[in-house]
Amino acid sequence: MTLTVHVQGIGVYGPGLTGWAQTADVLTGRSAYVPAPIQLPAPEALPAAERRRAGTTIKLAFAVGFEAIRQAGADASTLRSVFSSSGGDCDNCHAILETLASADRAVSPTRFHNSVHNAPSGYWSIATACRATTTSLCAYDGSFAGGLLEAATQVHSAQEPCLLLTYDTPYPGPLGAPRRISQPFGLALLLAPAAGAGTLATLDLALARQTPQRMDDAALEALRMGAPAARGLPLLQGIARGASGLVALEYLDGMSLDVSLRPAA
Amino acid sequence: MPALHLAAYTMTSALGAGLAPTLQALRTQRSGVRARRWETVDLDTCIGEVPEVDALTLRPDLAAYDCRNNRLAQLGLEQDGFVAAVQAAMARHGAHRIGVFLGTSTSGILSSELAYRHRDPATGDFTQPLDYRRTHNSYSVADFVRSYFGLQGPALVVSTACSSSAKVFGNAQRMMDSGLIDAAIVGGVDSLCLTTLYGFNSLQLVSRQPCRPYDAQRDGISIGEAAAFVLVERADRVAAGDIVMSGIGESSDAHHMSSPHPEGLGARLAMQQALDMAGLQPAQIDYINLHGTATPSNDAAEDQGVTALFGTDTPCSSTKGHTGHTLGAAGGIEAVVCALALQHDLAPGGCGTEQVDPRLKSRYLLRNLEQPLRHVLSNSFGFGGSNCSMILSKVGGAA
Repeated sequence: MTLTVHVQGIGVYGPGLTGWAQTADVLTGRSAYVPAPIQLPAPEALPAAERRRAGTTIKLAFAVGFEAIRQAGADASTLRSVFSSSGGDCDNCHAILETLASADRAVSPTRFHNSVHNAPSGYWSIATACRATTTSLCAYDGSFAGGLLEAATQVHSAQEPCLLLTYDTPYPGPLGAPRRISQPFGLALLLAPAAGAGTLATLDLALARQTPQRMDDAALEALRMGAPAARGLPLLQGIARGASGLVALEYLDGMSLDVSLRPAA
Repeated sequence: MPALHLAAYTMTSALGAGLAPTLQALRTQRSGVRARRWETVDLDTCIGEVPEVDALTLRPDLAAYDCRNNRLAQLGLEQDGFVAAVQAAMARHGAHRIGVFLGTSTSGILSSELAYRHRDPATGDFTQPLDYRRTHNSYSVADFVRSYFGLQGPALVVSTACSSSAKVFGNAQRMMDSGLIDAAIVGGVDSLCLTTLYGFNSLQLVSRQPCRPYDAQRDGISIGEAAAFVLVERADRVAAGDIVMSGIGESSDAHHMSSPHPEGLGARLAMQQALDMAGLQPAQIDYINLHGTATPSNDAAEDQGVTALFGTDTPCSSTKGHTGHTLGAAGGIEAVVCALALQHDLAPGGCGTEQVDPRLKSRYLLRNLEQPLRHVLSNSFGFGGSNCSMILSKVGGAA
């Protein structure tokens, strides 16, 4: 059984990767990959107070999400969405854990409501005035594939477009040792049930048992392994190259998500 | 969208482990919420604790997953013949055709809370090992359950605060509709931790006494812990009396991170979507299990949403007075409560509520109502404006 979806828009931000056009140049080898600190725009469409307080996770989710919907020309106010991340806002989590280990345990109310895994989804729905179905997932290192699978089932079942946003940030402090995320990385795909003029690629998804595909370039492979959201890089590379063929993505122990890729007609 | 057959279900909460003590507590309107000291928490509050968890040992081959949340998961799994039901489903469908979709809000974060008390003063590093992946990470509980059974199908955790373990029924339905699975374990587990106890306290949303949903004097939630597990399969071979999930709706408030839309607009949207999927009119709903957290604004907003759609005659109650608010497990255990309600034709009256707030117009049940039930609706709403409503129906039940 395969699930077919059409990619209408892509958003991507990571260290040395700023938007889809530049990332596609890197992934096709037209330009060299130069690692550099991530450059993120201020989160658009949020009220000023929230925009000022927004941490890396919100900025990352908003940057990739808005890039993808803009490319697709999609109406954000009616769009389904799937948010997927291994640890959500790891800076905020660290700050709360430090407070709880301190003498007064006075957790800030804002930190607490921002600690929910679905905080980016909540802010996104406020910023886009969107009341459509949205969910927030985690599948550890398989969070990209798990999110892609869920977004594809939304597209299939509702016969509506769905925006997938995946993002990860490193843990500061002691959790950085047992949970190594080496850099922030975000990736969004706008998926649609039917191909159109702006279709970038068509994906046929199936659960399988393949070894996940690696990146040939060592620096890009380090990037892929450095954040669960970056496990989607082999798929982005296939789309950037206009390639057809199979891309096996990391999902769960003993299971891959196989994507049969077809370039836009 | 296909209806889902609830082929097996179980819940464990402060009311007890498994369905028998739960049903008994519903019949007698007994609460499991107590004023208790827990861990080192110095707050003046009441909790819905599952005390058996403290002494529980995980199956030896799963010892690496040891944390409060996974202990509660194991305790919950091993009730009501649920393990045997899953094993029979594995024999029918194959291990790779059964998904695991569970909800949690805080997973095993308690393990990290404790680890942060033991850090090297010079480096800030932990002085004891922490298996983050198998305890703290949100996916841990789904990984644990998948490993417990040796399942090889798709799995994920939904973490949308207090709607988490209701929304997973939607994941299972979509995954089945897409042909990727034949069955799924859905539900959720959330356990006591300092993050939620101190966090909700900082928002001044915690009551000092057992919570009183819809009461004129209600003043906040009581935090509880629970595990709910439901084995769902296609509903193509159900028999009279079987319970199916006939509709589900998921929406966003697009309003505020920690306050509901004052008129319950997002909630209303989710309830309408669930009715549309089930092909039902509001008047066909025989009982509503409210989200009913007992904070002044949540209950007021939900009341507006419910009465706008259903009017003021549909029997309603919140069972958070029985169990406490079990956060990411609430949607799952309340689905199980609704299944029990249908099975026993029992619309449970609330616990803790003495005088219904006259400003709230829903028909809130202070006493149990025993009458034939065919279709019931359960509401689950969370921070971030995340709403989920689910309709459970009894096959061939009394009209």
